[in-house]
Amino acid sequence: MAIFDDELIKLKEKILEMGALVENSIKDSIKSLIEKDNELAKEVIQRDHIVNAFDVEIDEECIRLIAQRQPKAGDLRFIVTAMKIINDMERMGDLAANIAERALELNKEPNIKPYIDIPRMRDIAHGMTRDALDAFVNKDKRLAMDVIMRDDEIDDLKHAVISELLYLMLEDPNIICRAMRITFIAQYLERFADHATNIAEMVIYLVEGKIIRHTTMPE
Amino acid sequence: MEDIRRRIRYNKFWNYIFMIAGLTATFVGLFLLAVLFIDLFIDGSERLTYKFLTSFPSRFPAEAGILSAWVGSFLLLFVTALSAIPLGVAAGIYLEEYAQKNWLTNIIEINIANLAGVPSIVYGLLALGLFVYFFEFGESILTGGLTLALLILPMVIMATREAIRAIPNSMREASYALGATKWQTVHWHIFPYSLGGILTGIIIGLSRAIGETAPIITVGALTFIAFLPTPPITSEFPFISFKWLMDPFTVMPIQMFNWVSRPQVEFQINAAAAGIILMIMTLIMNGIAIHIRYKFRKKIKW
Amino acid sequence: MVNENKKAEVKNLNFYYGSNLTLKNVNLSIIEKKVTALIGPSGCGKTTFLRCFNRMHDLYPHNRYEGEIILLPENVNIISSAIDPIEVRMRISMVFQKPNPFPKTIFENVAYGMRVRGINNKSILYETVEKSLRSAALWDEVKDRIDKPAFDLSGGQQQRLCIARALATTPEILLFDEPTSALDPIATSKIEELIVELKNEVTIIIVTHNMQQAARVSEHTAFMYIGEIIEYGKTDRIFTTPSEKLTEDYITGRFG
Repeated sequence: MAIFDDELIKLKEKILEMGALVENSIKDSIKSLIEKDNELAKEVIQRDHIVNAFDVEIDEECIRLIAQRQPKAGDLRFIVTAMKIINDMERMGDLAANIAERALELNKEPNIKPYIDIPRMRDIAHGMTRDALDAFVNKDKRLAMDVIMRDDEIDDLKHAVISELLYLMLEDPNIICRAMRITFIAQYLERFADHATNIAEMVIYLVEGKIIRHTTMPE
Repeated sequence: MEDIRRRIRYNKFWNYIFMIAGLTATFVGLFLLAVLFIDLFIDGSERLTYKFLTSFPSRFPAEAGILSAWVGSFLLLFVTALSAIPLGVAAGIYLEEYAQKNWLTNIIEINIANLAGVPSIVYGLLALGLFVYFFEFGESILTGGLTLALLILPMVIMATREAIRAIPNSMREASYALGATKWQTVHWHIFPYSLGGILTGIIIGLSRAIGETAPIITVGALTFIAFLPTPPITSEFPFISFKWLMDPFTVMPIQMFNWVSRPQVEFQINAAAAGIILMIMTLIMNGIAIHIRYKFRKKIKW
Repeated sequence: MVNENKKAEVKNLNFYYGSNLTLKNVNLSIIEKKVTALIGPSGCGKTTFLRCFNRMHDLYPHNRYEGEIILLPENVNIISSAIDPIEVRMRISMVFQKPNPFPKTIFENVAYGMRVRGINNKSILYETVEKSLRSAALWDEVKDRIDKPAFDLSGGQQQRLCIARALATTPEILLFDEPTSALDPIATSKIEELIVELKNEVTIIIVTHNMQQAARVSEHTAFMYIGEIIEYGKTDRIFTTPSEKLTEDYITGRFG
């Protein structure tokens, strides 16, 4: 029915709005750390409330569509995908807020060292998110698979950051608090990227009808 | 709103006019019928006695009765029924259920309908040539019965076909889907469900036959019969005799016509009395037909 | 997993009404003791296809079959002209779209199939009638009035009576031609429940224009369009990930 098609389009738009918020949050949260911008950090924390509101709103809309439109085939997969990826995005919003909270704490003291790997991790995570959402919009299987591959990169970066910080902590115990906070930020970024990977896996389900979570990729 | 009300008043007015017209037409018909019957009754009721029903005709009006006439009518109807019913019903069933629907069966259907409209005297002529002379049945009850059978055969066939057509096809499909043959379907479903319509058609046919005069005269029914046909039950072996089929006979309408043609007023009264009897017989038969249709319609509602 | 035996195999079935080819090159397997649904827009040939299984087309002129419908396990082609249609109908029963009980008693309706087979023994008839009415989930509602007219029953009950009537002859395949399209939702759901239970006893093929119904009751679904099978497969796959775009469009309501 035409009205159902309209509803699906509106649903997609809302998901993308939520995605944009989350993409911006991860950028802004790291920015607030690097530029020591406490106002920005507070804004990111506030923004998470909006992300959570989107989660609830889109979830309820999906349930209503299931009840009233009895979606089948492609429409069904789309709605199932929608419900799952907003879960991931809600967690991503939380993670960005967590980073902002750590930034507020770290901004009170001088930096241990210049931030190099953290911004790189941010770039990868942000890129994965943007591409996963693009793949969702365009039903682009290749892009989704590409995103899944990049998860390893960010995992490696996280290990590098943590190793380096450990070494620094052993040398100078005074920096331990700051170093721990930066470790957390690295963890949050890595988990952020994991959620982007989940979104990409759901896009594969959307396109092919195959659930590939928890399997190793053959290609 | 006022326009609508005016229009409604206008429509209702014409509704009222038509209702009056219809009622009038109905009552005119009923009224004339009532007048006829009352007139008949006034004229003839004094002669409605047991003696009237059990006496033979005579030159003396007071002595004359309709015994031979109503026995003749009865036996004739008996032969008619026995010949027309099996033949007509079987033909109707065959044409509806067994025959292929092509140009030939269409022509047959049209012709059967035409036969129902052929003037009855033509049947009389046919019967004269065929039964009286060719088969040499003579001027007998058998001939009279077969003649009337020919007359009502188209009606029986058409009534059977209409009754069968009223059966929805879903019944047939249900029967066949359970593995029934055509005969089983006809025997268990088609025939029982159409029985109401068939019986109604038969009785209407018979009630027409009872009043037929022209063909009977043509095949030689006599007008003055002072004897009854040979009784069917005899005292010697084989105890059943068919000789009565070949006996001469008369029927009620002929007896009435005979009396009406005589100058004496008393014979007119006799004729009226016979007319009452004939009407009663017809009304009873039609009443039975209506009752049967009512009973079957209650049982089977499509 | 449960053994999936085939009950019937349709091979290159073509069906002609006069010179019109109304079923084109139909190939399909019917799995034993499962429900196979036939869906598709009006005029796609699903009812025509269904009626091939019990040779209903033989009742009317100008119909012609080509190809085979092989009944297993004996491997006999039931649409061959060498096989008597009556024999086929003795093994394959049908329930129609509009309930069509005979204008007889409930008992006589269910017993008819057996009378046709020459079984007239009262006690056998009573036993079979009760068993069939129980299988059709109707016994409790009518056990006190099986000598009353079938027409007194409600629409849903009449349809269940027709199902009992079809079951009384222990058919190998039971064909349903849009069995609930004339019924209200509650009667419909009772019959769907019944179908889901019945498949333990008999193989079922159901034609339905209601996709939800096909999704609810069947294990396998075939989508037909203009006389051809467009797609055939397990119901859950057809309704989540159909292979053909035409199937997807029909199922999501974009046409038909």
